[in-house]
Amino acid sequence: MSFETMLSTMSIGMLRTIGIFALTLLGALPLGMIVALLKKSRFVVVRAIVNAYISIIRGTPLMLQLLVWYFGPYYLFGMNIGDWRYPALIIGFVVNYAAYFAEIYRGGIEAIPIGQFEAADVLGYTKTQTFMRIILPQVIKRIMPAITNEVITLVKDTSLAFTLAYQEIFSLAKQISASQTSFMPFIIAGVFYFVANYVVAFVMSRIEKSMDYYK
Amino acid sequence: MILQMSNIRKHFDGLEVLKDISLSVDSGEVVSIIGPSGSGKSTLLRCATFLETIDGGTIEYMGKAATHTGANGAAEYVSPQELRKFKSYYGLVFQQFNLFPHYSILKNLIDAPMHVQHRSKEDAEATAMELLEKMGIADKADAYPYQLSGGQQQRVAIARALAMHPEILFFDEPTSALDPELTGEVLKVIRRLAEEKMTMVVVTHEMPFAKAVSNRVLFMDGGVIVEQGKPEDVFDNPQEERTKKFLSVFER
Ligand SMILES: Nc1ncnc2c1ncn2[C@@H]1O[C@H](COP(=O)(O)OP(=O)(O)O)[C@@H](O)[C@H]1O
Ligand SMILES: [Mg+2]
Repeated sequence: MSFETMLSTMSIGMLRTIGIFALTLLGALPLGMIVALLKKSRFVVVRAIVNAYISIIRGTPLMLQLLVWYFGPYYLFGMNIGDWRYPALIIGFVVNYAAYFAEIYRGGIEAIPIGQFEAADVLGYTKTQTFMRIILPQVIKRIMPAITNEVITLVKDTSLAFTLAYQEIFSLAKQISASQTSFMPFIIAGVFYFVANYVVAFVMSRIEKSMDYYK
Repeated sequence: MILQMSNIRKHFDGLEVLKDISLSVDSGEVVSIIGPSGSGKSTLLRCATFLETIDGGTIEYMGKAATHTGANGAAEYVSPQELRKFKSYYGLVFQQFNLFPHYSILKNLIDAPMHVQHRSKEDAEATAMELLEKMGIADKADAYPYQLSGGQQQRVAIARALAMHPEILFFDEPTSALDPELTGEVLKVIRRLAEEKMTMVVVTHEMPFAKAVSNRVLFMDGGVIVEQGKPEDVFDNPQEERTKKFLSVFER
């Protein structure tokens, strides 16, 4: 297999990796906020459920969680859902990352001085307005470094999709390497991850800089 | 009557902070509240601005009741939607300014008028610039709060409150967080508002200022109003021992 063929075969894997990455962020960033807000719910039951969810997710490996999402419906409930591999994969990633994002959001919200909420209240902002206009922008600025860390971890975590035999870049590299007895696929995959993280770090630092106009 | 607070009671876990306090403020009146730390001054303002809920008593703005007394004697508030309408009657200036750091000075002044009171941008901006002019900081319209001195930030906070066209303005120790050389500029602004007959309630430790601007002075201690009256009476001829003792500290 020529280098070009190898590269083009593996580029499909790259696209799949980027797909997992993008869908996870798309789902987990907003879901994490919902979880963070539910954690502050006035209902004890809701808070208990959210706390259990967060500690289970943080206390078990993502790899195991992916297997549970994939095999769970069949083994636990006897359900036979057709091709469930990809949905299980994405749900597993989203649910996992949402828990981590939720903790970051919570910390960020709690770090906002109470005076900001009170000033907004006295001015007559509704709770939603206060959150969207006054609190959230300040939270986002504060949590960007922590979010960046998670996003970089996510780039590398996408490789765990091999657990469900989903052929993203890492699985493909392993497979091609074995069939072609070549080390090259690993180098290609390595370069891909490195570049991807470089791009992520660059984009995130641009976003952070865009919020540098205030302290 | 702009504000009428009657028989207000408030406690924090076992501690009676306000013990049957009544305060009414007429249009154009400037009321100063003085008293030692922990006497309940902030709590009184926070109850008036609904940042704290009262246990007993009633609060009325412009003759409209925000609370009524329930069957068991406890205070009951009108619905949250109803209560929000009351917020347009008052403004509060905090000791710590509490400007919105992510908004420019101008945006701090126009955001609530536009999004709470649904004024047009042109209208809100015109009011904002007029107020900044008056506060002597029109050149800071595009700056951000962190770029301003404490005195300037507090003047912005006053302007932000005024931009909502409140009937009454509350100040909770507006100069206590400021370096001594910056208090003057803030007090001057408040004094000017007093001359313009803005209705105000000011919690302060600046005795000469309180004496000069207020129509009435309240001395609070231990959750009660110990003494009140015209500033010259309370300051120069206090009747109560506690008032005398408190004021003597400031004479030195
Ligand atoms: N949120 C709160 N929880 C518990 N105690 C409080 C709270 N706010 C104020 N207090 C107490 O109420 C008393 C009056 O406080 P405050 O109104 O701030 O007094 P002042 O403004 O006159 O210094 C103090 O003993 C204070 O510790
Ligand atoms: Mg106080």
